[in-house]
Amino acid sequence: MAQDPQHVLRTFDQELARLRDLISEMGGIVEDQVATAAHALLDRDTAAAARVIEEDKRVDALEHEVEQLVIRTLALRQPMAGDLRQVVSALKITGDLERIGDYAANVAKRSVVLTQFSLPYSLAGLGHMARLVQENLKTIIDAVGEGDAEKASQVWRSDLAIDDIYNGLFRELITYMMEDPRNITPCTHLLFIAKNLERIGDHATNIAETLHYEVTGSALTETRPKGDTSAYAVVRPGA
Amino acid sequence: MQVESGVDRPMAAPAPVARAPDEAGADRATRISIRDLAFFYGETQALKGISLDLPDRQVTGMIGPSGCGKSTLLRVLNRMYDLYPGQRATGQVLLDGQNIIGPDIDVIALRARIGMVFQKPTPFPMSVHENIAFGVRLHEKLSKAQMDERVEQALTRAALWDEVKDRLGSSALGLSGGQQQRLVIARTIAIHPEVILFDEPTSALDPISTMKIEELIDELKADFTIALVTHNMQQAARIADRVAFFYLGELVEVSSAAQMFTAPREKRTQDYITGRFG
Repeated sequence: MAQDPQHVLRTFDQELARLRDLISEMGGIVEDQVATAAHALLDRDTAAAARVIEEDKRVDALEHEVEQLVIRTLALRQPMAGDLRQVVSALKITGDLERIGDYAANVAKRSVVLTQFSLPYSLAGLGHMARLVQENLKTIIDAVGEGDAEKASQVWRSDLAIDDIYNGLFRELITYMMEDPRNITPCTHLLFIAKNLERIGDHATNIAETLHYEVTGSALTETRPKGDTSAYAVVRPGA
Repeated sequence: MQVESGVDRPMAAPAPVARAPDEAGADRATRISIRDLAFFYGETQALKGISLDLPDRQVTGMIGPSGCGKSTLLRVLNRMYDLYPGQRATGQVLLDGQNIIGPDIDVIALRARIGMVFQKPTPFPMSVHENIAFGVRLHEKLSKAQMDERVEQALTRAALWDEVKDRLGSSALGLSGGQQQRLVIARTIAIHPEVILFDEPTSALDPISTMKIEELIDELKADFTIALVTHNMQQAARIADRVAFFYLGELVEVSSAAQMFTAPREKRTQDYITGRFG
């Protein structure tokens, strides 16, 4: 984003800078949560999982702080134009980041449960999905820091690949469950984990939409390509 | 003086001249069409190539830093500059298709069609009733009953009647600042103008009086075309349908208020309305 000249009222600049700092701090923690949750899952690291769950409190506290600052800024500064978009976007983006943190914590909790099972199949697909989600999340969090609408558009379009992998995993896990009912518990957890990752991807695209509006003043208007078709999947044993 | 078109005109819209280009005025005919207007105070050029449409029965807000030309533009719209030698305007200002800065315009008649309200309330040093009747008498001959009715109508329309109906004979100078400003608005609308120009009408008023005037302007736009110069951007956001941003004598941007205050197109507009000027 081109550097705007300073406000005549300098304390307003300080508040907007504080808002940006809070969001990047929150983004950093959430990005780390997702990476650590993926590691906890793939490497069966329960200590790492516990750290992810613990971090959720910090994320919630930061979200609360942003909310307070946004309300205060709206009331005391009555921001207009680009400032208004920044302040409103801050509120929306932190809401999405908080949800992402929740999903990461849920992945971590389930990965702890999964350590009690021996898994007779590879988690490579899930690992691949986690990597793509992390890439998108990192890109969009960087884009928020840089005010880069172009990167936002990229993230917004690239969610389709994540949805495709999710659909593949959905079918794969159902197959394992059909093969052996003892797989049902671990596979259900894995299915939820996949869904959580898919949701994290969706929240990253929400942030992309918000950021695009914040920077350009116009909405990403095309209909976003959506690929999660698992809602329509039907499995008929023996068919 | 008798002005034919000013008498008992039911404020009906005349034939539309053109369409306003912006979305907020798209469904309205244009009442005043400004074309390539330039204005000079002696050698100093205060307005440069202004083209702007004022849609019928809408509030057009005009904002910009001091000296940007917005008040000058209002002064052109009712030819107030005629009072000062050395000031001149070029270009066109079409009111219902007629160029009102042309030489053959009856300026007194024009000012009955285009009323103006100033920053400081300007009541005459006479009674509340006479403040309104005085202006009407210049343009129309009414019986006492008709005049009383006209005064009541105007005061009611200006949301002042209930506060002054028992003191119509008292001096207007005894009214509060907010009441005086509403009296001036009543005086303006009593002669049934088509257009009302407001030049920072609330900058000398307290917040409650300001809100009353804003509410009044919002009601008046059902019958009048309104131009509002204001330094208060929140005020423009609250009551203007369209907003024009002026800078150094140029018209930088015209948008709907919603567009202007959420996503202005021009960087200069953005810098000004977010308080980054200088």
